[in-house]
Amino acid sequence: MSNARRPIIEMKHVSKIYSIGGEEVRALDDASLTICEGEFVAIIGPSGSGKSTLMNIMGCLDVADSGEYLLDGQAIEKYSDDELAKIRNRKIGFVFQSFNLLTRMTAFENVALPLIYQGVGTAERKRRAMESLAKVGLEKRAKHRPAELSGGQQQRVAVARALAAQPSLILADEPTGNLDSRTGDEIMRLFCELNESGITIVLITHSEKVAAQAKRRIRIMDGRVEEVEAE
Amino acid sequence: MIFQSIKMAWEAVRSNKMRSFLTMLGIIIGVTALVVLVSLVDGAAGSITSEVENLGNDMVTVSVMDDKGAPLRLEDLSRLSQLEGVGLTSPSGSMTTTAKYLSNEVMVSLNGVIPAYYDIQGLELGQGRFLKTADVDNRSYVAVLAYDAAEELFGEEDVLGKRFTISGRSFQVVGVLAEEESMMSAMRSMMGGVSVYVPFTVESRMAGQPYVTSFCASADGDTSAAENALEQALLKRFQQDSDAFTLVNMSSISQAMDKVTDTLTLMLGCVAAISLLVGGIGIMNIMLVSVTERTREIGIRKAIGAGHRSIMAQFLLEALMLSLMGCMLGLGLSWVILQIFSHVAESITFAMSADVVGLAVGYSSAVGLIFGLYPANKAARKHPIEALRYDG
Repeated sequence: MSNARRPIIEMKHVSKIYSIGGEEVRALDDASLTICEGEFVAIIGPSGSGKSTLMNIMGCLDVADSGEYLLDGQAIEKYSDDELAKIRNRKIGFVFQSFNLLTRMTAFENVALPLIYQGVGTAERKRRAMESLAKVGLEKRAKHRPAELSGGQQQRVAVARALAAQPSLILADEPTGNLDSRTGDEIMRLFCELNESGITIVLITHSEKVAAQAKRRIRIMDGRVEEVEAE
Repeated sequence: MIFQSIKMAWEAVRSNKMRSFLTMLGIIIGVTALVVLVSLVDGAAGSITSEVENLGNDMVTVSVMDDKGAPLRLEDLSRLSQLEGVGLTSPSGSMTTTAKYLSNEVMVSLNGVIPAYYDIQGLELGQGRFLKTADVDNRSYVAVLAYDAAEELFGEEDVLGKRFTISGRSFQVVGVLAEEESMMSAMRSMMGGVSVYVPFTVESRMAGQPYVTSFCASADGDTSAAENALEQALLKRFQQDSDAFTLVNMSSISQAMDKVTDTLTLMLGCVAAISLLVGGIGIMNIMLVSVTERTREIGIRKAIGAGHRSIMAQFLLEALMLSLMGCMLGLGLSWVILQIFSHVAESITFAMSADVVGLAVGYSSAVGLIFGLYPANKAARKHPIEALRYDG
């Protein structure tokens, strides 16, 4: 069934090598994978398995040493830092483990920030940011600063921020890692709902329990990627 | 976009008020120093220059040091006044002596002049008349007193026709000059005593010096033309020896004074500029700290799509905002200080000129931009992954 859909992420033989203390570490070793539009994929791996590297490359925060990475049909290796920033802005919505909201700004301003960098006008920006906040059920907290919100609420603001730019892909790095299990479940339910409305989600986690809620799972170990068969 | 960047910069400045203020303090002090010092020099120079101009800018004064056996007589002076460009001439020699009225003795500066002196110096009569040609020709013992001379010698207003003595000779007062209220006249009377004007022929006899050793001339049109004409004539007379006489042009004095105040302004301006520079270094210092502190913020902004330019603009605007706010506060403070100075100095008003304000604003924005450039660039070049990982 995935054949009928348009691929969002296509990685072919991607490698990334770090040298730490004169020793070469293959963070990614000949990794190939394809993720299509509308999928909900979990990437599972223990710490040090190379999943952060995979996410950085997927999120265009870093470029691979070798191999090919097509995001939404665009080859990423060719772009400059500024062009990568633009691609991140338009195509990828990040959700981080530690929320990464700007503490001085209100929830609304945080959500509107990617739209500012996109150059969206004030009225349109306001409409879209409020719409995003409504999607995560926080429109009433628009004027609150992160410090005045609970962890789960902060993470939902972060999800709203990721949604505001209407990206092709939401990339979530351990989104439940800093939350208790109940709020973690809430966030996961939010991701499931978003996926049902057609948004592509890639979730990176070390927890099998969290990964189990995704429709497709990919395991990463020592920089190598392999598909996990659905039960 | 630019409006949003300004808003962000403002929030950053506002969120750390104490630090922002301390950072601005360098600029505040620098701008205040610049504006106050330059305005003070300007104000003082302006009032002195107008005093000098009151003395008669179109006047040339000549002193003869060495007559080379060809001393000037009164007739020679009237020949000099025939020269092209030269107006009137009058001897202006003076001697310091003591005038007596009853038991009252006053030190006076006795000026031997002819009627033309009145017009050359631009004097003003209060009462009576000035000296006449007949007084000079007849060697009449008549005198015209400066206002303060009359006051000191007689101690009363109505002095016309009264007599006083100098070196045993009795003089009759025929006129009193109007009261002068300039700084220069006050200075003059302090140094050389009050002025008394008598016919040249009388003064030269008393001094035992029948020749003209110093005189003044007015210009007929351009002062420097008169100066040139006189110089040529005198050179010819004194065997081309330019050391035999000195020739002073009042406008050259005010020019020299302009030069002095310009230099002074420049010097004080430089001192102030240096303190502004130090303020700029303060801004750079704080901006660098701020960039490090906000590494994570920079990482977040970059992750969600801020390019090099957006980050750069944000931090540059912040530096610019700090320096411009400092500049505004400094201008306000300068205004207050100048008001106080004007109040204290009464006769002189110190005002901020638009030039100085423009200079201060321009210079502080330049300082803000230049010293903001390095921190802003440092912020913009941070790698998003490392910046996101930073915990501080």
